[in-house]
Amino acid sequence: MALSCVLEPALSGFNFENSTRNIVLENGSEEGKIKAPKPMKTGTTIAGVVYKDGVVLGADTRATSDEVVADKMCAKIHYIAPNIYCCGAGTAADTEKTTEILSSNLTIFSMNSGRNPRVVMAVNILQDMLFRYRGMIGAHLILGGVDCTGSHLYTVGPYGSMDKVPYLAMGSGNLPAMGILEDRFKANMDLEEAKSLVSDAIHAGIMSDLGSGNNIDLCVITKEGVDYIRPHKESPFNYKRQAKYKYKPGTTPVLTKTVTQVELELLDETVQMMETAGSS
Amino acid sequence: MATALQFPANVSTLNNYNDLYPDWTQREVSTGTTIMAVEFDGGVVIGADSRTTTGAYIANRVTDKLTPIHDRIFCCRSGSAADTQAIADAVTYQLGFHSIELDEAPLIQTAASLFRDMCYRYREELMAGIIVAGWDKRRGGQVYTVPVGGMMTRQPVSVGGSGSSYIYGYVDSNYKTGMTKEECLKFTAEALTLAMERDGSSGGVVRLAVISEQGVERQVILGNQLPKFSTV
Repeated sequence: MALSCVLEPALSGFNFENSTRNIVLENGSEEGKIKAPKPMKTGTTIAGVVYKDGVVLGADTRATSDEVVADKMCAKIHYIAPNIYCCGAGTAADTEKTTEILSSNLTIFSMNSGRNPRVVMAVNILQDMLFRYRGMIGAHLILGGVDCTGSHLYTVGPYGSMDKVPYLAMGSGNLPAMGILEDRFKANMDLEEAKSLVSDAIHAGIMSDLGSGNNIDLCVITKEGVDYIRPHKESPFNYKRQAKYKYKPGTTPVLTKTVTQVELELLDETVQMMETAGSS
Repeated sequence: MATALQFPANVSTLNNYNDLYPDWTQREVSTGTTIMAVEFDGGVVIGADSRTTTGAYIANRVTDKLTPIHDRIFCCRSGSAADTQAIADAVTYQLGFHSIELDEAPLIQTAASLFRDMCYRYREELMAGIIVAGWDKRRGGQVYTVPVGGMMTRQPVSVGGSGSSYIYGYVDSNYKTGMTKEECLKFTAEALTLAMERDGSSGGVVRLAVISEQGVERQVILGNQLPKFSTV
């Protein structure tokens, strides 16, 4: 059902406009098959934990493009609303854009209704959108926030499935992170315990997964507000450049110099007066 | 009675990542499950395991597959997690609207028909095996099964999901008409435990619910409290 105050209207039914086109492209024509482009993954470790006063979200900061680290200080904890943040794993562009769309829609809702958005609203909007796109949007998201009904942690998968859990890890490094969380999670932890648990879980992901690395970001959300700690822990392997790579003018010798005059003919000249505050 | 075995959903080849990324990041989340519902005089007992898998990884080990559709109507979900959650949300909306229009509690048959309509119409795109159960004033406790493909039929006892294959024999030989609520609870818990023992895609805890005129009572049987059978 469409919310009347949300910018993106919900389409009725299922939208399979592009599926025939995709099948035709994949199977190819007489000229040859067209290979689908490989989307860039963030190869990530993200985790979240519900503690006594709220939610702690954590993420690593490495974005990879195949084997190269594309971004060493990528921000994977996205703002959704003042009381809701979202960690994204999967295709970088998809998580970025999906969370931006979600954030815009919730802001419009807030302005229209005068209420703070609830975490379950964000989850429902995400589920609707991702289910409609049938898994084509590669966004594996962890949503955490505190609203008038309490502290909540949800995960939404790329096909539109949702789970509500007290602790969670996602991304390519989620297996080692989940190991740490399963071992040490307790209900109603206090803040320092929760922060160190999430930080250790992300650290385990960084150590054991090639796609995760660099620094650890944390985001603590409580009823009072949000503490976005970026970075919480810096990687001890930060590489400092050993030398300067700027070249002085004159480093490249000039061998020959030729100057050619270009003949230009003035064809037409028009003058247009601009309306400025001074002229009126 | 067709049941959903665990096989890959119709994933578009655009999502085929290379071998650097593990299998469970590419697979759709499936409930690969065991669900069950039994009628008794005065209501129904429904039960499910709690495991959700993405390929070989257990994405959620404490899933709740017993989803309320209305005050005294529940559905047990098996198959693709995304598909069944979306269908259940859609039917909850439609049934709620219908109930307000009618100004009375909806019938279980109505809920089951709504599921069947959606599952049959979109049968090529969906992978969902659903058991609808509840209590209404007209016919008492009822169980309707809507397996993959979109058939609907009423049965006194119904099992579904990938783990159901292992317990057909147990259910057929142990089911008796005229069981009491406690007997049904014990029967369901034991059947689910046996399925969870043998099926890799089922496990975790056993979630049970009793729906009757008085309302809904839910219980959870944790792993160490499950009934024990002899291990050969």
